[in-house]
Amino acid sequence: MQAFTKLTGIAAPLPKANVDTDQIIPARFLKSISRDGFGKNLFANFRFKEDGTENPDFVLNQEPYRKAEVLIAFENFGCGSSREHAPWALLDFGIRCVIAPDFADIFNNNCFKNGVLPVRLPREICEKLMEDAKMGGNARISVDLERQVVVRPNGEEIPFQTDPLRRHLMLNGLDDIGQTMQHAPAIDGFEARQRAAQPWLYT
Amino acid sequence: MSAQKPRTLFDKIWAAHVVETLPDGTALLYIDLHLTHEVTTPQAFDGLRAAGRKVRRPDATLAVVDHNIATDDSRRTGIVDPESRLQVETLEKNVVEFGVPYIPLLDDRQGIVHVIGPELGRSLPGMTIVCGDSHTSTHGAMGALAFGIGTSEVEHVLATQTLLQKPAKNMRVSVDGNLAFGCSGKDIVLAIIGKIGTAGGTGHVIEYAGDAIRALDMAGRMTVCNMTIEGGARAGMVAPDQTTFDYIAKTPNGPKGEAFKRALEWWKTLPSDAGAHFDKELRLAAHEIAPQVTWGTNPEAVLPITGIVPNPADEGDEAKRAQLQRMVDYMGLTPGQRLTDLKVDVVFVGSCTNSRIEDIRAAAAIAKGRRVADHVRALVVPGSGLVKKQAEAEGLDRILREAGFEWREAGCSMCLGMNPDKLTPGQRSASTSNRNFEGRQGPGGRTHLLSPAMAAAAALAGHLADVRDYQPKGAI
Ligand code: SF4
Repeated sequence: MQAFTKLTGIAAPLPKANVDTDQIIPARFLKSISRDGFGKNLFANFRFKEDGTENPDFVLNQEPYRKAEVLIAFENFGCGSSREHAPWALLDFGIRCVIAPDFADIFNNNCFKNGVLPVRLPREICEKLMEDAKMGGNARISVDLERQVVVRPNGEEIPFQTDPLRRHLMLNGLDDIGQTMQHAPAIDGFEARQRAAQPWLYT
Repeated sequence: MSAQKPRTLFDKIWAAHVVETLPDGTALLYIDLHLTHEVTTPQAFDGLRAAGRKVRRPDATLAVVDHNIATDDSRRTGIVDPESRLQVETLEKNVVEFGVPYIPLLDDRQGIVHVIGPELGRSLPGMTIVCGDSHTSTHGAMGALAFGIGTSEVEHVLATQTLLQKPAKNMRVSVDGNLAFGCSGKDIVLAIIGKIGTAGGTGHVIEYAGDAIRALDMAGRMTVCNMTIEGGARAGMVAPDQTTFDYIAKTPNGPKGEAFKRALEWWKTLPSDAGAHFDKELRLAAHEIAPQVTWGTNPEAVLPITGIVPNPADEGDEAKRAQLQRMVDYMGLTPGQRLTDLKVDVVFVGSCTNSRIEDIRAAAAIAKGRRVADHVRALVVPGSGLVKKQAEAEGLDRILREAGFEWREAGCSMCLGMNPDKLTPGQRSASTSNRNFEGRQGPGGRTHLLSPAMAAAAALAGHLADVRDYQPKGAI
């Protein structure tokens, strides 16, 4: 996983609540067996018209948002399915951070595991950031995970909170599995106890 | 010895599976059963291969194909779509390489992952169950803690049989009294989501309680737990009781004999203790629930079938008004229109929400001796090969076919636009599945969610209809 420390870039405004995973990456694009290449179908139903041509009204088809690295949205972002293809599509497009008032649980987890940082900030602040983002190339937003602040184009610093363990793993680009494997003796012990107490769980 | 603090069903299962608690409060949680399918696993197996890791407990892992496959005879001659075929073939290669038990496409036991787990007796009370699929919440009906995970977590479970998890909060939803005529588990859960909204359960595990839940059969409980995820909760659960134990006793792979007796002792200790703390509580009166149908593009946009399409102009909040307007436009509706006036093109009875034998019986009971409207295409897709066989043994396939329904092979089918069963743009469907998002059943498709009996009524009427107007014609 790519580490996330600090990023300064273009933020795309997506002033919608309940952006679900089918909107982020429609099911018909889930057929790849690799983690790459989903970016071209990110928000496909909004980005492309029925004949496959680009919809010029959608924010990610406009300059400078084609190069957006941050996405600002409203409540309950990422609701719907557990598909990890949603953060993969964001990442593959180039978006490393989503800022919203809240996120669906599974999506939130999946983001952290893939180096996409979900930042939860109150609605009023998201509204301000939405206005900042609408200024396009003239307004770069910084997201600093080390210091846990979002810096607005006018220099105002907005603190946010992240789970300490997730933050540690993300700052260092560490893989969860390697970490967990250090607990192998405890897992062995658990299995031995469970096998004795509930043998029907072992075949 | 000091008396132990009363605990919930969730608390008990959680505590029994914590391997270790990390300094920040994250638990390393042991996973008893890991169900897998073709869509969310290829990248996980790739990760294992790249790191030279093995599957820690193949015996606690089960693989099946369901999302990508055709549900007509063409499944016997091979999958046509090259990308779908590649996903299925990749799973078949991976299960061989990693030694994971696999139910192949043409096996009688093949079916939707959330139907086969309970049906085979693999999903049991007190277990922790995961799958790379949000509707894993279905298995909570067995009295298990079951939730969906992403592909990185699939890889984590394959390699370590554990997950890093923070405890959830407890929420209890009690449905008291008796359900009215024409209503089912589907109507209960739609009514709940209508009340709490699609984010109402966020951060919580919901335990369903009350006489109306106790009175549901296992299929009804599974429907309720299945759609818990649509209310934003991590998982849904029903405490195991005699209904649960009787169901397990009839499954092919559940514990037998001495093992069953021992298991039963532990299962009986699971229900929440009197006085256990719930962070949130909701009570509903069962008799107030009428047959439900969604009108918009998320499951909280739901109304009794007697309702009318809402007018976005009545909504005070600007953002909400815009969202309602978008729903009305996408769904091709007119504010004030009666829901029963909405003509449907397609009716789908199936999906992990409603494709069990009880669901098919419910649809057949309404369809018996009647005809599907001429302009409607109606499909019944059993959740598994075993459900299909059972239905055929009961003659339900004949009743449905005679009424004009298509009778299909098991799979996810028209629940999501990933296999050949899709809506075309603008088509309106009455569907027993769980999501009515834009494009879910195919680009431009318009989905109304409802129960199997309501779906059957819509097929006969040719428009959304009130099942209470369709008394069954004789027993089935
Ligand atoms: S039936 Fe639908 S919701 Fe259930 S597993 Fe299949 S695609 Fe997912």
